[in-house]
Amino acid sequence: MQTQLLLEMAAEALGEREGYATVEGALTYAEAFRRAKGGATFFSRLKGDTVCYVGTNGPAFPLALFAAGLAGKPFAPLNYRLADADLRKLLARTAPSIAIVDIDMIDRVKGIEGVKWVSREAFEAACDDEDNCCADLPEVDQDIAVLLFTSGTTGEPKAAVLRHGNLASYIISTVEFMGADEGEAALVSVPPYHIAGISAVLSGTYAGRRIVYLHAFAPDAWVQLAHAEKVTHAMVVPTMLGRILDVLESTGVTLPHLKALSYGGGRMPQAVIERAMKVLPNVDFVNAYGLTETSSTIAVLGPQDHRDAIASDDPKVRQRLGSVGKPLPALELEIRGPDGVTVLGPNQSGEVFVRGEQVAGEYLHKNVLSDDGWFATNDAGWLDEEGFLYIEGRLDDVIVRGGENISPGEVEDVLRQHPKISDVAVFGLPDDQWGEKVACAVVCDGDRPSIDELCEFVKARLRSTKTPEMWEFRDELPYNDTGKLLRRVLKAELSTPDAA
Amino acid sequence: MQLKPGSRWKSAVGTTEVVVVRPAKGDVSLECGGHPMVPLGTEPEAGLVMSDDFAGGTSVGKRYVDAESGVELLGSKAGACSLAVDGRPVTLKDAKPLPASD
Repeated sequence: MQTQLLLEMAAEALGEREGYATVEGALTYAEAFRRAKGGATFFSRLKGDTVCYVGTNGPAFPLALFAAGLAGKPFAPLNYRLADADLRKLLARTAPSIAIVDIDMIDRVKGIEGVKWVSREAFEAACDDEDNCCADLPEVDQDIAVLLFTSGTTGEPKAAVLRHGNLASYIISTVEFMGADEGEAALVSVPPYHIAGISAVLSGTYAGRRIVYLHAFAPDAWVQLAHAEKVTHAMVVPTMLGRILDVLESTGVTLPHLKALSYGGGRMPQAVIERAMKVLPNVDFVNAYGLTETSSTIAVLGPQDHRDAIASDDPKVRQRLGSVGKPLPALELEIRGPDGVTVLGPNQSGEVFVRGEQVAGEYLHKNVLSDDGWFATNDAGWLDEEGFLYIEGRLDDVIVRGGENISPGEVEDVLRQHPKISDVAVFGLPDDQWGEKVACAVVCDGDRPSIDELCEFVKARLRSTKTPEMWEFRDELPYNDTGKLLRRVLKAELSTPDAA
Repeated sequence: MQLKPGSRWKSAVGTTEVVVVRPAKGDVSLECGGHPMVPLGTEPEAGLVMSDDFAGGTSVGKRYVDAESGVELLGSKAGACSLAVDGRPVTLKDAKPLPASD
């Protein structure tokens, strides 16, 4: 099933409902479908097999996504925050292609062989052109919907392939068609090149929930827009949530319309979610865990799970605030041992494997699904007796000390609460006695605390085996362009014999 | 007829339209209102009348399954006639939507 049918169905069922909005104006589903057809006619007349998108959020984004689908061309939103050379390298890999580019980014992408650029304004005008909208579209037979370049924490970015079947299956099995009440609005501030940006368009369209776009995330702008547009739903990544709470607390702005806030895309520090539940007591919180390669969400910790956990004195229930919830009913999930075959039982840590129609598990020219359809996520995790899933981090990042799995994120969360620490990275280093030892790089605000003080701080909150044995003080930590911490860089630098 | 995943079909006697979400294990006859459906974009035979036995209606956005052939369909346009596979009425697939997560 082609994803553009989701828009066609919305246009047919609730054509006059506003679907996509920014401060500059809004499009109804019927109008969006008319313009997407216009955009498709425009694309089908241009040379280029793939439609790239280099720009910020806005109604042009869903239009480009659906128009590319209607024209039978895969859609590839690219990270405009990359350095010019890296952006050009990625664009060159998509040739022959068409690129829709924000006007202030055109100079950065000019003159790449096989890449025909079109300004966002020209694209939007072509969508609204009466002749384009009414033209008969050619029959298309293209099952790749989206190409998303993974952020490449471990090397060159890979182009993840998401087929129409994967995305459509995710949407129709998790979203009720036109299930949103009139007046519901979802604030989308995740960037267009993130899987959550794609799934937000598709699930918002199918649910009939108006999408309000923030061109690019800034915490005060987010709060302002949420207030002004009476936003009821929003999805944020963990770093965004902390900064939003800061603004809410310092300005005293309340968000009386906000009903549901989902978060994902990285580890949520328990202190932040506890604080969020205190600041926004009437909001339903949803933790969604997923990967690009799985068409977004594969496990969900729902609102009631959050409330049960925070109200409970039972440590087993309480700790579920740090879980990503239960796997979606439409797919299978297993924890497997180091051989990649043995299925482990509850409370045993291993690699997370998933199987289901939404699981793409494919890169350009390379399918990584096993013969029987399983995808190895490269995430380490475990399930408790009740089936709640806990993610410990990327498999390569998890520290194995004397047979004990230590999640770097858990130790980082604790250290981040120290008043003098502004940033922290925890990683494993080779150790003769234990196999690996816990190492830590910290960035301090002002005075540097003593190592003894920091060790005591961790020991008071976690087991002593999780206390870092090697401390490094830095001015800043290495991150990639999408803001992911590069623990492997620190690990490599500090693994050299003379470093310790 | 061969039901390819993603293929779209239209009722010969009403407004109902469906898209194939999961294909059949073999050849089947996909019907609506008691008559074979036609590929979207083709004209059905004139003069056909909906059978009273298949007049329960089809909703947009609902999933329908036929356990025997494995076919799964999604209603893409609502109509008064109801769906069947080889004469067997399809069943509505229970769906439990998730809390909005993205």
